[in-house]
Amino acid sequence: MAEKTKFFTRLKSYRIRIEPRLSEPPAWYPPLVSLSALIFALILGGILIKLAGGDPIRSYTHIAKASFGNIGVISDTIVKATPILMTALACSVAFRMKLWNIGAEGQFIMGAFGASAVVLTKVLAPETSRWIFIPAMMLAGMAGGAIWGFIPGYLKAKFNVNEIISSLMLNYIAVAWVNFWIFAVWTEAGFQMSPKFPLNAWLPRLTDYAQHIPALRGLTTHMGLLFGILAAIILWLIVFRSCWGYEIRLIGDNPQAARYAGVNISKNTVLVMMLSGALAGLGGMSEVSGMVHRLQTAPIAAGYGFTGIIVAWLSKLNPLVIIFVSILFGALILAGREIQPSGVPKMIQGIILVCLIASDFLLRYRFRIVSTAEEE
Amino acid sequence: MVPSNISTPKDTSPAQSHFVVEMRGIVKRFPGVLANDHVDFELRPGEIHALLGENGAGKSTLMNILAGMYRQDAGIIKINGAPVTFSSPRDAINAGIGMIHQHFMLVPSQTVTENILLGLDNPRFILNLSQYDARIAELGRQFGLEVDPRAKIWQLSVGEQQRVEILKMLYRGANVLIMDEPTAVLAPQEIDGLFNILRSMTAQGKSIIFISHKLNEISAIADRVTVLRRGKVTAAGQPAKGLTKQQLANLMVGRDVIFNLEKKPVQRGEIVLDVQDVYADNDKGLPALRGVSINVCAGEIVGLAGVAGNGQRELSQVITGLRKCKQGRIYLNRETVSNRSVIFGIQRGMAYIPEDRTHVGTAPNLSVTDNVIMRKYRQSPIAQYGLLNMPLAVQYANELKQAYDIIVPHVSTPVRLLSGGNLQRVILAREISGQPKFMVAVQPTRGLDVGAIEGVHRLLLTQREAGAAVLLISEELEELLSLSDRIYVIYEGKIMGEVKIEAGEADPGLIETIGLMMTGTPLEQIEQQGVRVHG
Repeated sequence: MAEKTKFFTRLKSYRIRIEPRLSEPPAWYPPLVSLSALIFALILGGILIKLAGGDPIRSYTHIAKASFGNIGVISDTIVKATPILMTALACSVAFRMKLWNIGAEGQFIMGAFGASAVVLTKVLAPETSRWIFIPAMMLAGMAGGAIWGFIPGYLKAKFNVNEIISSLMLNYIAVAWVNFWIFAVWTEAGFQMSPKFPLNAWLPRLTDYAQHIPALRGLTTHMGLLFGILAAIILWLIVFRSCWGYEIRLIGDNPQAARYAGVNISKNTVLVMMLSGALAGLGGMSEVSGMVHRLQTAPIAAGYGFTGIIVAWLSKLNPLVIIFVSILFGALILAGREIQPSGVPKMIQGIILVCLIASDFLLRYRFRIVSTAEEE
Repeated sequence: MVPSNISTPKDTSPAQSHFVVEMRGIVKRFPGVLANDHVDFELRPGEIHALLGENGAGKSTLMNILAGMYRQDAGIIKINGAPVTFSSPRDAINAGIGMIHQHFMLVPSQTVTENILLGLDNPRFILNLSQYDARIAELGRQFGLEVDPRAKIWQLSVGEQQRVEILKMLYRGANVLIMDEPTAVLAPQEIDGLFNILRSMTAQGKSIIFISHKLNEISAIADRVTVLRRGKVTAAGQPAKGLTKQQLANLMVGRDVIFNLEKKPVQRGEIVLDVQDVYADNDKGLPALRGVSINVCAGEIVGLAGVAGNGQRELSQVITGLRKCKQGRIYLNRETVSNRSVIFGIQRGMAYIPEDRTHVGTAPNLSVTDNVIMRKYRQSPIAQYGLLNMPLAVQYANELKQAYDIIVPHVSTPVRLLSGGNLQRVILAREISGQPKFMVAVQPTRGLDVGAIEGVHRLLLTQREAGAAVLLISEELEELLSLSDRIYVIYEGKIMGEVKIEAGEADPGLIETIGLMMTGTPLEQIEQQGVRVHG
């Protein structure tokens, strides 16, 4: 009898307890959690589309077709992904050190400005060879971004100014700065844009080789993708295989331990912000030189710097993963526009982000059903 | 459940048999530690009851149980004779028990009144603050706790902030105040002020538990004393007047079994570390070291004894280059190391086992490999042209794993998943494997189990035999006595004296001397009064 009552009281007193994981989950677990989160997000998004009066299945197939349906749209997806790839790399290295660089947008714009300045100030004659033009633009673009990264980095290292605020504010200054030049100095017949760059200042595109390989006709994928992939690989090597990267990881994980290991945190704050800025600046260069072909605010200040934050975060700051995630986001942006200029596609992006970030919780904690009796 | 051998003070008179707080047979276990082992504690109305003990003796655990922060594994608590169970600090405060922590829990940008009202159900929305201002000012006057109720917390001195904390508890109707080392943060003149406040509160019927390890204060303020050592009561509620400082020091430090370690005779070499008249500030910018001079020779372990927070941490940081030295110099093999970079020391063979394994000694999310290369990732062969030779680093980590018995499935495991003992082995392996010339070890065995402690002790002795100079900073006197060749005692940033430890048994007089120095009596003074101490 007593046994029986005890059994029932025990049964009643079961509850779910959340506790931190004490051991690493198996290798298959994190990807599975991310995939489940993605599916969950798509289901939520589907409900949203349904509520908005759409057909979720049709919308999703349309998105898939519009971004990966044929070689042409795949190329467009990649063109969209390229700037995101660069800004995401920029964010990832700063975030790795727990430096919250929100200024990839501004650094991207300043990179575009730097690269354009090489062309528009005519320091290089328009007939200059591609082999000189492009490296010069790359250097100038990276320098522009690096300077824009240096400012918040130096302020943080020297005066402990919050880098989130300073880098964010610098974004607006960058837009205003570029606007000044294209309104006042480099304006094309009074329009808010610079003249088109000479052909030698364009990054080579696939379509440029169509006369040799007809299949490439109309494909606008440009060399920026190559830069991005190379940058990702180099960044991976820096972060995981170099002494400097070791310092960055150490500071990011435990600044006190870094100090104890003799790492100069201030110096690294400045250097990492500059590296981050230079990567975003390279993205800006690749965008003006590979895609826009002129300096113009609207297509450049299109929020790539902010999307980069999301992509870096979703990729767990791993440069190689960023390559794939940025293509996914390129697809979402491209195809999203197909179904609605703004609104639902942006919301789906947001839902995916929230679900993926929330799923992180499952990696660090687990649910366990315990009896309250056991807890005592 | 309740042990039958409840000790009752012999001087209990009928009038005093009523206790405000009665704790019986309190047991509290933490993983690997028995923090309270059948502790009895009782508090009479209107008394100041000092709770004395070294760090880790179980004082704070006991008081956290009384304040509702922890729940005891066994034992009962009675408030005014009625048994109670607290499941949160709120329950405790409702029963009239308020704890004032060492670190104040105040909102700097808000006023005194706002801080006091914070978290109370009434008033739910603060409409008429001035009405409360008056009430708080009145409460302050009653107990001699004058603070301007409209002042913002950040404008107040530490002493005034402490008064706000006390007022907060009194406003909530606390009858029993637990003060966790209240004088640790105060300047000497503020301490007198606090004592006056405490006296005026007891005069009005409040009871106070005063946690401390400063003997001077205890004889100045306490009515009775309970001493804890290693979770057990060594003196239960004895009248403070009847105890000498020597007796208290003995009760607190004790004469536990000295660890049985084989200490080989080693020829003492030249001076390796020479600290000369060093002054340094702590994180808050207050003086932490005031003219410290010590030296450590090759082939010896020199102990630094002292109660936590007397400048040990700062001294280790000044030596290793993590903290600036305001005055004085530190030499390592005749080369100045003070106010140089950390790397400077590392390159000259300085090893450092920091006090805080998880927050300073390791990067929790990085792998064992990444953690063992922490102090040598710049040097060849791990570093080659600015790149890390990862295969070599992994091989090195595996060698250390073998040699130092680091129990981990793979060296790519993040160290946050390692147990305390294993983590300490990672740190020791890293620091010792470079064959250091000099090593600072701060609390190297804190929180480890007996087996792990022995392992750490062995490693330190091996270093000594290999001719390294070791500075061992510890709060465990037994550890210092069994390992050291000499012991310095530090108190409030000053060296109180130096004693030599002869091999074999430590004599009781010596332990007593160290205990007295740890609580603020300089060696010369003890020697002057020597006849009385031993007679």
